[in-house]
Amino acid sequence: MPMFEILDKKELAPHIKWLRVHAPLVARAAKAGQFIILRLHEKGERIPLTLFKWSKDEGYIEIVFQEVGKTTYELGTYEIGDKIMDIVGPLGRPTEIENFGNVVVVSGGVGAPIGYAVARGLKEAGNHLTVIAGFRSKDFVILEDEFSEIADELLITTDDGSYVRKGFTTDVLKEYIEAGNKVDFVFTVGPVIMMKFIADITKKYRIKTVASLNPIMIDGTGMCGACRVRVGGEIKFACVDGPDFDAHQVDFDELIMRLKQYQNEEEVAMKRYLKKGGC
Amino acid sequence: MAKKIKKKRIAVPEQDPYARIHNFNEVSLGYTWELAIEEASRCLQCPYPSPCMKGCPVDVNIPGFIKKILEKDIKGALEIIHATNSLPGITGRVCPQEQQCEMNCIMGKVGDKINIGKLGRFVADEARKQGIYPSTPSVEKKGKKVAVVGSGPAGLTAAADLVKMGYDVTMYEALHEPGGVLIYGIPEFRLPKNIVRYEVKFLKMLGVNVITNVVIGKTFSLYELLNEYDAVFLGTGAGTPKLLNLPGVNLNGIYSANEFLTRINLMKAYKFPEYDTPIRKGKKLAVIGGGNVAIDAARCALRIGYEEVYIIYRRTREYMTAREEEIIHAEEEGVKFMFLVSPVEFLGDENGNVKVIRLIMNELGEPDSSGRRRPIPIPGTEFGLEVDAVVFAIGQKPNKVLYQEVPELKTTEQGTIVVDEKYRTTLKGVFAGGDAVRGEATVVLAMGDGKKAAKAIDEYLSNGYPWPDKIEPAKF
Ligand SMILES: Cc1cc2nc3c(=O)[nH]c(=O)nc-3n(C[C@H](O)[C@H](O)[C@H](O)COP(=O)(O)OP(=O)(O)OC[C@H]3O[C@@H](n4cnc5c(N)ncnc54)[C@H](O)[C@@H]3O)c2cc1C
Ligand SMILES: Cc1cc2nc3c(=O)[nH]c(=O)nc-3n(C[C@H](O)[C@H](O)[C@H](O)COP(=O)(O)OP(=O)(O)OC[C@H]3O[C@@H](n4cnc5c(N)ncnc54)[C@H](O)[C@@H]3O)c2cc1C
Ligand code: SF4
Ligand code: SF4
Ligand code: FES
Repeated sequence: MPMFEILDKKELAPHIKWLRVHAPLVARAAKAGQFIILRLHEKGERIPLTLFKWSKDEGYIEIVFQEVGKTTYELGTYEIGDKIMDIVGPLGRPTEIENFGNVVVVSGGVGAPIGYAVARGLKEAGNHLTVIAGFRSKDFVILEDEFSEIADELLITTDDGSYVRKGFTTDVLKEYIEAGNKVDFVFTVGPVIMMKFIADITKKYRIKTVASLNPIMIDGTGMCGACRVRVGGEIKFACVDGPDFDAHQVDFDELIMRLKQYQNEEEVAMKRYLKKGGC
Repeated sequence: MAKKIKKKRIAVPEQDPYARIHNFNEVSLGYTWELAIEEASRCLQCPYPSPCMKGCPVDVNIPGFIKKILEKDIKGALEIIHATNSLPGITGRVCPQEQQCEMNCIMGKVGDKINIGKLGRFVADEARKQGIYPSTPSVEKKGKKVAVVGSGPAGLTAAADLVKMGYDVTMYEALHEPGGVLIYGIPEFRLPKNIVRYEVKFLKMLGVNVITNVVIGKTFSLYELLNEYDAVFLGTGAGTPKLLNLPGVNLNGIYSANEFLTRINLMKAYKFPEYDTPIRKGKKLAVIGGGNVAIDAARCALRIGYEEVYIIYRRTREYMTAREEEIIHAEEEGVKFMFLVSPVEFLGDENGNVKVIRLIMNELGEPDSSGRRRPIPIPGTEFGLEVDAVVFAIGQKPNKVLYQEVPELKTTEQGTIVVDEKYRTTLKGVFAGGDAVRGEATVVLAMGDGKKAAKAIDEYLSNGYPWPDKIEPAKF
């Protein structure tokens, strides 16, 4: 089978797609919390995506991505049988999985697939697992079945209340803690602003919290410094020192600012892509 | 009357500075046949070992190949160079010849030194144009496997030599394209990428298995390689950029040189939006540093449209580590040099974009460990420089992805891999060379290491895998 051929594809929700890709070298070494970097074609940029699932024996990896700009939209047009030019990985340090006791995984939006890989690892390590998964609205709820298979408790919430309940993940976490549930460890992944507020809450309750960060990356091997984040006042490279960091030490505001670095250029690329009838 | 030898060096045609700052085409156009012969005829053909050869880290038989140029025998010239240097198209362009082969050229006593670099380049270019490869005698396979990690000049050279000795060689590269700094760092206008690709193609023709998109330490561990191969060579370079942890250093528009150059060279951001990778555009850009990397970043900045480009260096011009030719090229192109200044802080706008660098003046004090006079800030001399982007080119340290999980592999305080004079590391069967053991050095030194390490690997595999109990660190 040719490298990086797309084996299967599904649309999980509007603009959220799932792919299974032949990538045996990545699959054989993958661990929860790690990611890949892909390049679609000769003119493509390199973008990071987290490993959702993988099979060492069958040599495939699965990714879930949201169409937000040029590259992710273009990837969304790739069909079964199409090939991605380059995939490198697994990159980053795996999430440190231990038996902490009672753990809560808080994911927002397309943070869900990353949260899933880590949640599964935490469950396998013997933790009591609670998953709090937030989505914009009913249409955007993904991975509900997958989460319910592994979680002892699954708390879904939607921003607009169109499914299960109304509220942000921060509201749910606060209620959960205030109801007297013992929480030994929190893992959070999703929009940066959400992770920032989750960290604020758990800091108050002194709960060890790890956030999975998503800065802009190029090489993913510690060579360029594009992915630098400030953690405890020090400069860290998320691709090799992370992507997981102690959420109470992360400078989230700086990360938010750095993610907007190419906003204008991203718009240019997207408009040009749409004009060419890209999708 | 005896033929009079020209004292003056034959000039190499170059693109006009006004034209070239608007394109990424090569600046130096190289000799034509006519000019090459004229320059070659200035060489005195000093007896072996000629003074020039003593300055070349890979022992190129310089008078030998120059003679072949005069005989118009390109294949012969190429084969003489290739006997010790498998990347002449590259060294001819990027070697600091003035400190190496050309430094000792006898002609310097009576006139200009021979332009050895450009003659080497001429041979490689002419051969490539005509599709000539050096002939490679077929060797008996040794039935042993060697893995090479990293495809920069150290890895490329080690792989070429090992495959020529009859080993099965697999080269692993983390990026999507082989070449190391040659492909992602040194810009197109100094080293066209098709030259690097040509050399890689030759390597593949020799039988080296080149595998990209594999990070050793992630995709495979070093231990796994040791299980599968009889020996491993690490040519992983010094790819991790240093940054100063000054206030505002993470503002948008502040790049490491590696990021800036990788976006431009490897990802072709200068062709955005035809290519997908963007780069920040603006009017004013400042590069911090005084080496080749700083000059490359500054000249790239001009070419992507910056109108005012500054090089901010904490010492004076004479202490700059960049090659003289490149400094001159940068001056011709209008790069502005600010000496004896260092950054203290970066200020941004409300969206986090860098707008001003605060700088401080220095004076030179006593020489430091590098023998260069140490810059000392002068209190009260701070001032601001308006900018739209900043590039840090203040040095690199080895990339540690590979050995994060290999405690047996000893490194120095600077993070370089400890090796002895035979390039052996503290892990049996693992050799290392190039920037990974030297810290930032040069292409030709990395090649020299690759070559000598290949020899040491051959010795190791031929003599029944002996390994010393204690590795005596070699000085480079
Ligand atoms: C370690 C890591 C793991 C990731 N895993 C996933 C994943 O599993 N699924 C997934 O959908 N996305 C993931 N991302 C984010 C993904 O890489 C970006 O969405 C993608 O690079 C956008 O590329 P684009 O060309 O489509 O959009 P662009 O045109 O580059 O950007 C469009 C919009 O997306 C925002 N954006 C750009 N880069 C990022 C980023 N790195 N993170 C968040 N927003 C960004 C921009 O601000 C802009 O508003 C991950 C990022 C990192 C660093
Ligand atoms: C911008 C710039 C300009 C320069 N200009 C000059 C010049 O004009 N003249 C000169 O002589 N020198 C110059 N140098 C220095 C020269 O390029 C280096 O000394 C030389 O490239 C070092 O070669 P190397 O083979 O040791 O490593 P590199 O060229 O750094 O190659 C190392 C390779 O290993 C790969 N790698 C690293 N870790 C792993 C891993 N774990 N798994 C797989 N692959 C890995 C990297 O991706 C990279 O491709 C310049 C350097 C820079 C950055
Ligand atoms: S390899 Fe470099 S130092 Fe040696 S002769 Fe060629 S240009 Fe000169
Ligand atoms: S030292 Fe100069 S003149 Fe003598 S052989 Fe070398 S290049 Fe020619
Ligand atoms: S992505 Fe380049 S250093 Fe992390």
